[in-house]
Amino acid sequence: MSAASLGGRLRRVALRQSYAFALVLLVVTVAVNYYLQPNFFQPGLLSGNLLLFVPLMLVAVGQTVVVIGGGIDLSLGAIVSMANVIIVTLMAQEPSASRILLALGAGLGAGILAGALNGFCVAVLRFQPIVTTFATSFVFSGLALYVLPEPGGTIPPGLQGFYYTNPLGLPMVLWVVIVVLLLWNLLRSTRYGPYLYATGGRDLSAFVSGVPVSSVRFLSYCIAGLMAALAALALALSTGTGNPIGGTELMLQSIVAVVLGGTRLSGGQGGVVGSIIGVVILSLIQSIVSFSPAPSSWQTLINGLIVVAALAGPGLFALLRRGVRT
Amino acid sequence: MKRIGLNPIVIALILAVILFAVGGIVQPGFASYGQAMNILRLAAFLGIVAAGQTLVIISGGEGIDLSVGAVITLGAILVFRIGDGQNDQALLALAIALGVGLLIGATNGLGITLLGIPPLVMTLGMTGVVQGLILVITGGRVEGGAAPALTGLVTNPLILGIPGVIFLWLLLGALMWALLRRTAYGRRLFAIGTNRVTAKLSGVRVPSVLVLTYALSGMLAALGGVVLLGYTEQVFLNLGDPYTLPSVAAVVVGGTLLAGGVGSYFGTMAGALVLTLLTSLLTALDLPESMRLIVYGATLLLLLSLYGRQKALRQ
Repeated sequence: MSAASLGGRLRRVALRQSYAFALVLLVVTVAVNYYLQPNFFQPGLLSGNLLLFVPLMLVAVGQTVVVIGGGIDLSLGAIVSMANVIIVTLMAQEPSASRILLALGAGLGAGILAGALNGFCVAVLRFQPIVTTFATSFVFSGLALYVLPEPGGTIPPGLQGFYYTNPLGLPMVLWVVIVVLLLWNLLRSTRYGPYLYATGGRDLSAFVSGVPVSSVRFLSYCIAGLMAALAALALALSTGTGNPIGGTELMLQSIVAVVLGGTRLSGGQGGVVGSIIGVVILSLIQSIVSFSPAPSSWQTLINGLIVVAALAGPGLFALLRRGVRT
Repeated sequence: MKRIGLNPIVIALILAVILFAVGGIVQPGFASYGQAMNILRLAAFLGIVAAGQTLVIISGGEGIDLSVGAVITLGAILVFRIGDGQNDQALLALAIALGVGLLIGATNGLGITLLGIPPLVMTLGMTGVVQGLILVITGGRVEGGAAPALTGLVTNPLILGIPGVIFLWLLLGALMWALLRRTAYGRRLFAIGTNRVTAKLSGVRVPSVLVLTYALSGMLAALGGVVLLGYTEQVFLNLGDPYTLPSVAAVVVGGTLLAGGVGSYFGTMAGALVLTLLTSLLTALDLPESMRLIVYGATLLLLLSLYGRQKALRQ
């Protein structure tokens, strides 16, 4: 095999990945960050910045699974808020080991149950995903306010301290990414992986070829609920307190991250790797804006424009390529 | 065809009557004439915004406009700043607000058609941009005022104790009916909502219809913001946010299919009325906010179960 054909093959493999464009964006945003902030690559600083985005990363991973299965979940932010206040209120009363385990179990259980409610409505009752999860988001927000009407409560300080350590010399954020990717690959290697992609791609043909479409879809919402609950835990650990509306912003951002990562909202395609890159890109864009010399009242606008430009990227390339050809 | 068009509207209207009656039973004074006018007025704000959402959703292709909330806020702030509480400035301010809304919507449409960005994400990204614009314009604090003519339109009774904004809403209803059922644009909109490929093959210029649709949605959202300003007389940075997803819900409750190609604005009007009645009823019951949210969400789920279901795979 000649070097040229090997290079061509490598390029084709890279381009075939749904997150090819996200990789380009990642390189560009890292370069701009390095230009604005020469100490950007200092490990402590970098991992510290990224640690703030762990809740969004976990929500985006859950959102990806739902989107691949052909759905969408607008209630994930509300599930984060609900699980967050459940975990914090149960932990705050008495910081013993059994109590902490109980709090974790209750929080994660609530997340899975909430996902199961979404999954039941969408997969079994066949309601439309967008409006259904919008409706259930009210239920979860209400429950969050019922558990904890005002932001407050504290988690055991030792637990919070652990979140900011570097176990075995690797930063916590890297551990989260490694565990998530391992679990994702485990999921894909089971029968569920191909079933999920088939369901999202063409649910009728999947159904005809014997894929249990309803169960696959139901499970995808349960997984998203669990990921939202894990995000709630990360939020509690990073802030040290509970907030009944703490997850609100994560919902829409998670969709932007999923799309930036190359997963199409029409379903049946994409993956978790791209979404994680998407979240990192969002965090890097934010850091570019805050280190740029722009006045603070302009920062939201600049951030918004860069995000739209990033979303427009693949379409712009396609448009230019068509223009060159004709 | 007739059945699909009629049923959801009838269901929604019956629901509205039931909600109103329940309100009258559990809370004396809820079913009064004055309270009914108040609820209609609140429904008009949601209804005006949901008019654009109806067009976008009928256009199909996963069409949805999540930028309406931010555009409502921007429209209100522009009129607040430029109009500055003067009647003679009000028309100019209105024209600018509607023009800006139109431009934002057209940009959404261009991003969706030209660059192939999914509507949900494009309008979501646009929300961030519009929020940024609002911060740049206001610098965090807003000075200005609502013109007396505008507040008069919303608060003062015009005929039989009915405020002018309700007549405005009815006029919009008539215009929307004419637009959807009696113009070439309306026919093309339903055609591309039903099947883009056949519409294109029959000579419909799909991109221009789509850009126009999203532009109209932006303009109607800005109009909603202007009217809302007449009610609140104050602006704040998240004034329009509570209208974004309810505008989608109003369209769906009104029987317009999220898949596109089927729907009517009368349905959306009924849907806006039902959602506003529900909110008012829950407020009148004086429940804690947590319970109010839970009941609202559960009722919305119940409404969806009536006619929001998709076809079964096994047939």
